[in-house]
Amino acid sequence: MVEFALPKNSRITVGKSWPKPAGAKNIRTFKIYRWDPDSGANPRLDTYHVDMDSCGPMVLDALIKIKNEIDPTLTFRRSCREGICGSCAMNIDGINTLACIYGLDEIKGDVKIYPLPHMPVVKDLIPDLTHFYAQHASIMPWLETKTARPEKEWRQSIEDRKKLDGLYECVMCASCSTSCPSYWWNSDRYLGPAALLHAYRWIIDSRDEATGERLDDLQDPFKLYRCHTIMNCTRTCPKGLNPAKAIAEVKKLLVERAM
Amino acid sequence: MADTGQSNRPLSPHLQVYRYQMNSAMSIFHRFTGVGMALTGILLVWWFLAAATSPEYFAFVDGILTSWVGLLVMLISLLGFWYHFLNGVRHLRWDAVKGLGVGESLRSGWYVLVLSVVLSALTVYLVY
Repeated sequence: MVEFALPKNSRITVGKSWPKPAGAKNIRTFKIYRWDPDSGANPRLDTYHVDMDSCGPMVLDALIKIKNEIDPTLTFRRSCREGICGSCAMNIDGINTLACIYGLDEIKGDVKIYPLPHMPVVKDLIPDLTHFYAQHASIMPWLETKTARPEKEWRQSIEDRKKLDGLYECVMCASCSTSCPSYWWNSDRYLGPAALLHAYRWIIDSRDEATGERLDDLQDPFKLYRCHTIMNCTRTCPKGLNPAKAIAEVKKLLVERAM
Repeated sequence: MADTGQSNRPLSPHLQVYRYQMNSAMSIFHRFTGVGMALTGILLVWWFLAAATSPEYFAFVDGILTSWVGLLVMLISLLGFWYHFLNGVRHLRWDAVKGLGVGESLRSGWYVLVLSVVLSALTVYLVY
């Protein structure tokens, strides 16, 4: 349901301003969303000052530096630091991206960091992705076959394999889905760009034998057709993929099937 | 996901923090202009009904619709009409899975914005 304002318990208050590092000449200001489940207080925006002369180039480098040297209670997910695990997705400078591959030099002025938008917050920059993962599972992200299993692997031509390029690279970071206004208002029933891109990935897989069932499942006013081609998903994907196009391909297949 | 009812978990900010971008702004304007045209359509039907009712009533309604406020509403509606029409064509291309790249979709957005102003000006020129 469309609700423009944040619920009462979610409104952001002015937080703490942490002291500047002594003797630093090249200081950058970070404003970071904080919420502590133990205190029960509303979320707040804390201000940190980081010495850029001893900080790595990426947003994640700065977050780790803050956690190590200024405030060990700052909480966020991270793992691979090279854009392949999808853990450190967050809203940086107004768009969703991976902190580990987003350069601090790409941001003008203060660095503002929030959790992925319109999600329940577990703590600080960590959103609850349970529902997002359940939606991914609902599109059956695996090979469905009916014919007898071949002796070795399921074969695929080079051309058919090429159809999966631009789809299989998705790391399920949830940047696209949580950038989508349709997903904000209707995520209880709309699957969102990430799950739909994965749905298309299996629909066009030449080895998959459940194409009809997969399309049947998406023939739904909400699951698929809440996509209004706003294109926030494609603009924000940190891997440069195009979920809007994948969704358009599914809509086209449904039209072709009906004709 | 809006359901935070299970605990005291807050909902992370969305419209409040997400950067305004041309693609999303044009999308919401497509809806605004669609709703706006429906309202203008009611005004036009009112005008026709007045013409079918009596000369006095037509003069009254026509006076409102051709006053400077009425003309301003019509001019904005004209811009909205061309915008909605051209952006609709853009949407049809997208539905045919064409022009969905980031660069090309922004370029077609500029075409829509510039063309809707040009065609509105042309319409005004041809009508007056």
